[in-house]
Amino acid sequence: MLVDIAFVALGVVAVLSGAAVFVVDSMARATYALAVSFVAVGVQVLFLQQSYVGVVVILMMVMEMAVMAVYMVMFMGMNPALMPMSMVHSNRTAVATAVLTFLLLAAGILVVDWPARRGSPPPEVTEALGEALMGPQMLVMAVISPVMVATIVAGVVLAAPRTRYDRFGDDLRQRPPDDPQPGGVGR
Amino acid sequence: MGEPLLTSLPAAAGPAVVTVAPAWAVAVVAVLGALALAAAALDGVLSARSASAGGALGAAGRPLGEASRLLRQRRRTTVQADTLLWRTGGAGLLVAAALMLAVVPLGRWTVADLAVGVVWFNAMDVMVWALVWLVGWGANSAHALVGGYRFLAHGLGYELPLMFALVAPAIAAGSLNVGAVAAAQDGLWFAAWMPVAFLVYLLGVAGFSVWGPFAPALGTDVAGGVRAELSGVDRLVLETGRYALLAAGAAFAVPMFLGGGAGPLLPDWAWTLVKTLAVLALLVWARRRLPALRPDLFMEIGWLVLLPAALVQDLLVAVVTVWRS
Repeated sequence: MLVDIAFVALGVVAVLSGAAVFVVDSMARATYALAVSFVAVGVQVLFLQQSYVGVVVILMMVMEMAVMAVYMVMFMGMNPALMPMSMVHSNRTAVATAVLTFLLLAAGILVVDWPARRGSPPPEVTEALGEALMGPQMLVMAVISPVMVATIVAGVVLAAPRTRYDRFGDDLRQRPPDDPQPGGVGR
Repeated sequence: MGEPLLTSLPAAAGPAVVTVAPAWAVAVVAVLGALALAAAALDGVLSARSASAGGALGAAGRPLGEASRLLRQRRRTTVQADTLLWRTGGAGLLVAAALMLAVVPLGRWTVADLAVGVVWFNAMDVMVWALVWLVGWGANSAHALVGGYRFLAHGLGYELPLMFALVAPAIAAGSLNVGAVAAAQDGLWFAAWMPVAFLVYLLGVAGFSVWGPFAPALGTDVAGGVRAELSGVDRLVLETGRYALLAAGAAFAVPMFLGGGAGPLLPDWAWTLVKTLAVLALLVWARRRLPALRPDLFMEIGWLVLLPAALVQDLLVAVVTVWRS
């Protein structure tokens, strides 16, 4: 009973703080309202006995919001988000899309014939989750991971305006390199 | 937190850790407060010694004097401060530290025997990223915000090495449960055969406590950085939070790397406290011995030195663990 009340209360917190993202007038408040929403959802996942997933949701989302706040303040519009500003644009389209999506998803919840539970959760859910994710798909994971890393590195290389010739000179012999921001290990 | 969080351990996980009643959470806060006070007293003594002023007793009491001075001081207000976020950030540090300590078993007793206690600790130390930046942001002051950004830059450098340092004991123990990690170290402490992970972990603790080499976020060159506009009780709460985080980090090192409550003669809870105080004293002492790490330069040290070192450590630990099983 107490657990049910806490679960529902967390859901209310998640929805209200999610809505607050669009109501508040400061980038920092919007970002951290979203963080509160995610943390509430993470705690709800904990209540569903998925402790690893729940804690990781909290961990990743707080970290992501901390970094996002920096980028939001840095890149947002003409004024660098240090002043009060509106958190919405294209208001009517956005509201219509949101309402329609909500109705669609809610209808799905009500219409779908939910299956009855088969079996019971294993004693070590975290281990079972790891087995399910990494066991049969290990080869796929081992192939995808280097491809993803290569994609990230290639993306950064393509996006960076400075090349090694800017750093090391035309004959690549200039040491230390000419960096606008020197690194800590003296490369 | 509700009951569903507490997952019982499989019987094979060694000596059982007993989960005590939730009301003992008060004891967790009391221990945290005592450890933070001890750290502050030691810092006072070391400060007085390096300035060669005053007796040891007076110096040890200096944090209390400073606390009472701050309690009487008037709160500073700034124009258009975001008070909600500002205060949340300051007070949150203490809460995060208490939640970290909640998963650390004191000998045999623990308040929250989470199946994923190691990840929980990690989530709480990531929470500090948000909180310190919020203290910097809330004051609506340029210097404080610069301090907040400095901390996040440090965070980008120390967090991943810290995460991978925490992975090493978890691999060796085959569990994310803090009690099980402590129980897996009978005979040989993890600090002895994974020293790189231990050192990176200690550096990470200094990092999330904004301590010693990671104090440029509070640097005098930016008028006090994050705490530039903090005064009175707000400043007291922030400083207490930093000491509390340092204490929680030291306490967590004990089950992860220093064999938990294992030791001769004394009971296991006493050993846990003794080891915690030793790590805490080391961290407090190191503050004056290590140079400040510039956030911009530390980024590369974190990613090019610490992270590969921690990963190699993880690989070695994984190989040894597979080989032993």
